[in-house]
Amino acid sequence: MGVASQLPPEFIVRVDRERCIRCKRCVVNCGFGALDFRNGVVSDDTKCVACQRCTVVCPERAITIEENRLAYKANAYWTPLARKNILKQAETGGMLLTGMGNDNPYPVYWDHLLIDACQVTNPSIDPLREPMELRTYLGRKPDALSFDLATMIGPQIKLDTPIVFAPMSFGSISLNAHLALARAAQAAGTVMNTGEGGLHKDLYSYGDHIIVQVASGRFGVHSAYLNQGVAVEIKIGQGAKPGIGGHLPGEKVPLEISETRMVPQGTDCLSPAPHHDIYSIEDLSQLIYAIKEATGYSKPVSVKIAAVHNVAAIASGIVRAGADILYIDGFRGGTGAAPTIIRDHVGIPIELALAAVDDRLRQEGIRNQASIIVSGGIRHSGDVAKAIALGADAVAIGTAALVAMGCRICQKCYTNNCSWGIATQRPELVKRLDPDEATEHLVNLLRAWSLELKEILGSLGVNAIESLRGSRERLRGVGLDAQTLEILGVKSAGR
Amino acid sequence: MQINAKGMHYRKLNAILKEAAASGVAHFELENVNGQRYLGTGLDRPVEIVVNGVPGNDLGAFMDGPTVIVRGNGQDAIANTMNAGKIVVHGHAGDVLAFGMRGGKLFIKGDVGYRVGIHMKAYNEQVPVVIIGGGAGAFFGEYMAGGVLVLLGLGYAPGQSLIGDYTGTGMHGGAIYIRGKVDPELLGKEVAVFEANAEDRAVLEPHLLEYCQEFGLDPAEINRQPFQKLVPVSHRPYGNLYAY
Repeated sequence: MGVASQLPPEFIVRVDRERCIRCKRCVVNCGFGALDFRNGVVSDDTKCVACQRCTVVCPERAITIEENRLAYKANAYWTPLARKNILKQAETGGMLLTGMGNDNPYPVYWDHLLIDACQVTNPSIDPLREPMELRTYLGRKPDALSFDLATMIGPQIKLDTPIVFAPMSFGSISLNAHLALARAAQAAGTVMNTGEGGLHKDLYSYGDHIIVQVASGRFGVHSAYLNQGVAVEIKIGQGAKPGIGGHLPGEKVPLEISETRMVPQGTDCLSPAPHHDIYSIEDLSQLIYAIKEATGYSKPVSVKIAAVHNVAAIASGIVRAGADILYIDGFRGGTGAAPTIIRDHVGIPIELALAAVDDRLRQEGIRNQASIIVSGGIRHSGDVAKAIALGADAVAIGTAALVAMGCRICQKCYTNNCSWGIATQRPELVKRLDPDEATEHLVNLLRAWSLELKEILGSLGVNAIESLRGSRERLRGVGLDAQTLEILGVKSAGR
Repeated sequence: MQINAKGMHYRKLNAILKEAAASGVAHFELENVNGQRYLGTGLDRPVEIVVNGVPGNDLGAFMDGPTVIVRGNGQDAIANTMNAGKIVVHGHAGDVLAFGMRGGKLFIKGDVGYRVGIHMKAYNEQVPVVIIGGGAGAFFGEYMAGGVLVLLGLGYAPGQSLIGDYTGTGMHGGAIYIRGKVDPELLGKEVAVFEANAEDRAVLEPHLLEYCQEFGLDPAEINRQPFQKLVPVSHRPYGNLYAY
């Protein structure tokens, strides 16, 4: 290029020289090469992404990272981000890439929904003294029950809590991260999801707690893989990049990824935007039943889509095509890599999509034919409870699980430099993530959220998550217009 | 074992096949097959299945080892995500054949439809080989990541195109061999065309011999015309699209 970049650094690294003991741990720990030791710690601020690894590993807490506030003169319209992106594209001519979910200030409908509680007229239940049931079964339920105990129920996934781990591929995240998710799913009685990237041989033994995914690149997909999990998921779309394929760059395809995805080392893994054997609902049905044939009708088949404009009609088609589980990912959903412009401007909020889909399936009398999993920015057990009240059978957490493992949401997953050993394949970084500790943190998170869910159920005066499922009467909206309330199917607070 | 498939639902037919294969039956003759889907799908034993009639879509999907001989035409999505085995079709076949195929062989005697060989890939000793006696529709070998795709154009007039638009678009591995001339206008910009050399012919020879044996053809006749070889320009065709 010849000329130095005009991009000012986003962050400034400050090292307190009085406190620094010159141990160089920060220099070693920076995955992005922003720190060096030259007679003391020096920083190349242009490389800092504020992943906070150095600030955490510094034994003297001598490092702080600050936003470079005056890098761009204030302007309410031409925001610093807009100008930064233009400069970057002017210098490179490339599409902007990003990681994690949409961080723009769009409305968050979760935060406009409030949960009911019992007072006087019907009693609340104390979850510390009485059993609270979070047990959830995912899969097709019968159209009707017969009372001679002859009703046949299709295959189901049994969950001890209505929270599963969202699909994240081995490739986008490290083997240690995948291992921790599998172990935590086993310990907590839930499931993890392979994402599109196959299942490493070391994780086959956790198959009873794994949903295996089939996506457009068909990486690592074969008969044994399909039969290893508790369910098979066809990935059509992802909330962070609806309608967009995926490119795992060759440098993230070392030996173990290559073995698992069954592609040569160092080659790009290109997942096309559509499945080229699915151009219609009929084609989707064909693949659903191909998978059912290949697994002897012993496992539910899930279909994962991104929440988009006509999601209710699409969902109806998917259920009629034979899906046993419908997985909807909202526009806040995370990603290891997506074009920024797609992540930030395509798709719709999961709250509205979920309400519309649940309504439509009920109206058509087919809601029992598939369970609904939703994801896309579930931040705490309050979001979980609200999602279930809106009609979800379970929620999936991706970003929250990564944060529990150490992720600081610096959004640089696509660089392979993750200093926390999560979204990287560099061996020296991968080994930083202790799978035992990460497992423990994930199990703790699920335990904590499950306890909170039980408190919420108790305050609602019900003793099973099943009693909250689809019970929108227990939600009220605040600060929402009439049409949004109608779509959500909730009354305004005060009514 | 002979099975009369007349009027039988695919689910029943496949259940009979799987159960018998598991109990040790190694050879099947399926009579009166008429559109039953998923024959051989997910089968992972080296059995032989002869299909008399026209099998339905997704023949041999996720298949891992069997040999399927179709005495008739095939439909769509044959050898979908197939891992190992062999499928021979004594007729024409439809769209989306060999999608994501990772190993084994698919031999078609006649023509094939659109989107054939998309995202075929090879891994170690697993190298999928697809040979088509006639021509193919558009998007042939799109996104191809590995393996060997061959178009013979048998019975085609000189100068008649064997391919449709967008052949090899997004290709980043493997090789496509086309007998006769190739119109560069029909190719994706990610592929380059070379005349197949002696080394390429050595790669092709055993596969072509096997193909000729299956259909009773003369290899010398096939080899009389030169082959064009399509290979990816880059193993990373989409590596420079992004601003990091």
